[in-house]
Amino acid sequence: MSRITELTCIRCPIGCQITVTQDDDGKVTEIKGNSCPRGYEYAGSEVTNPVRTVTSTVHVEGGVLPVTSVKTKGDIPKGRIFDCMQAINAASVKAPAAIGDVVIRDVCGLGVDVIVTRAVAKA
Amino acid sequence: MNADKKAKIVIIGGGPAGLSAAAAANEAGAAAGDILILERDNVLGGILNQCIHNGFGLHTFKEELTGPEYAARFVSTVQERGIPYLLNTIVVDISVDGDGSKVVSAMNRTDGFFTVRADAVILAMGCRERPRGALNIPGYRPAGIYTAGTAQRFVNIEGRMPGHEVVILGSGDIGLIMARRMTLEGAKVKVVAELMPYSGGLKRNIVQCLDDFGIPLKLSHTVTDIRGRERVEAVTIAEVGPDRKPVPGTEETYTCDTLLLSCGLIPENELSSQLGVELSRVTSGPVVNESLETSVPGVFACGNVLHVHDLVDYVSEEAANAGRNAAGYVEGNGSEGKPEEDGTPVQVIAKDGVRYTVPSSIRIGRMNDLQLIRFRVGAVYRDASIAIDFNDTVVRTQKKRILAPGEMEQVILKKEDLQKFEGLKTITIRVDTSEAKKQ
Repeated sequence: MSRITELTCIRCPIGCQITVTQDDDGKVTEIKGNSCPRGYEYAGSEVTNPVRTVTSTVHVEGGVLPVTSVKTKGDIPKGRIFDCMQAINAASVKAPAAIGDVVIRDVCGLGVDVIVTRAVAKA
Repeated sequence: MNADKKAKIVIIGGGPAGLSAAAAANEAGAAAGDILILERDNVLGGILNQCIHNGFGLHTFKEELTGPEYAARFVSTVQERGIPYLLNTIVVDISVDGDGSKVVSAMNRTDGFFTVRADAVILAMGCRERPRGALNIPGYRPAGIYTAGTAQRFVNIEGRMPGHEVVILGSGDIGLIMARRMTLEGAKVKVVAELMPYSGGLKRNIVQCLDDFGIPLKLSHTVTDIRGRERVEAVTIAEVGPDRKPVPGTEETYTCDTLLLSCGLIPENELSSQLGVELSRVTSGPVVNESLETSVPGVFACGNVLHVHDLVDYVSEEAANAGRNAAGYVEGNGSEGKPEEDGTPVQVIAKDGVRYTVPSSIRIGRMNDLQLIRFRVGAVYRDASIAIDFNDTVVRTQKKRILAPGEMEQVILKKEDLQKFEGLKTITIRVDTSEAKKQ
């Protein structure tokens, strides 16, 4: 049994509709509908290992703002976004916080840190 | 008229456009102390502070940054150079004095009401969202209806969720971004309805903000009813026909407590029009020449107050140009310098699917070796071309796999080409659809 995935390429504004066929082991056997090599590469990695950067906010203790923004320093597997969000929602930072400060080291054991993206001064 | 303060260049707005304009004006020779930024918020950075998602800066810094990180880089530059700025300061009026200098009237809690005399003014006020009142949506007026940007501020700055079950009208980028943001925070986003047959948002946002979370996007749909007296209880959406009117019998009702509106951005030009700056009826932004100078000499415009951009990187680039030109103006190379050397301005005309161009006129004597023309198209075109005519002669056609209203387009003109063309009066930018498929 082969598995067929339809996706929209995001590498440029054209937005090609790409069809990816995988075999039972998940190996990509065919990529159709792309019009350039970048689309081919995107479709391949998107079906085998889709990744995303997660951006959110965390509570700030003693700062001039109630929350500040954070991001995963690198991409994490798409399927782990909500696990990552749970960890972020349980976290907080103490003011003052600077851009790049680590809020969560190695979030969910994914090997990626969650870092501050907006500085907050002490209240 | 006596003014309370003096500056060579006053910049209205401390968002991405104002910050970049300030830095570039300084680099081009204006002393830091001769520049003054007036910002109405309590921090610099403008709307970027609430745009916590990533994807900013790929052109400017060759890396993907979040909005606050992108803003912070420009804020540091302005602070390191010692360019003065006033926060919590609202500008209420700009006028031109008898000697051509500008008087900016503003107020804040520390200084009260005050005036600043300036040689040049850079308009960088940005834009605001089209509110419900401008959309003619039938139904009650309960709590729970927000523009997407207001909801974004609640969630990302105030740390509060505006609701838990959400319907979004309009597929602009902020609406798409908020669909994902509210989903991540535990809300259920039921549907995004878009009046047009195409989305006004970027492709990557449709995929990563809607498709990733299984949120349906209904094109050619609009809201026909809002229910609930105190708080939104349900929203009805219906399909629209080619005339954009709802088709009876296609109504679907979604229970929800929140309706977000992402239905377009409008440049904020009250100050500009009071000043007498000529505005474009298409963009609602000032009409500018190659130097991004408005119809009032010495008043420049850049960023979303000029025309709504898709990427902040282009705002920074455009604003830097405005900053350099303003610095040149105050150094005495201004438009009142030697107009005879500039010749008659060449008009840039938008036609056949091209909605507008920035700039809309070029003084060849004042243009750089390369002149960027930015514009948007009014519909989705596949395999069309962008044609450039000098007077009535086609001088270039550029094939485009896709043209979409959500993406800003550009062409670059060479000064030597304009100089070589005898008797050049108009440059027309148009969509050539002879081989194209319009959707």
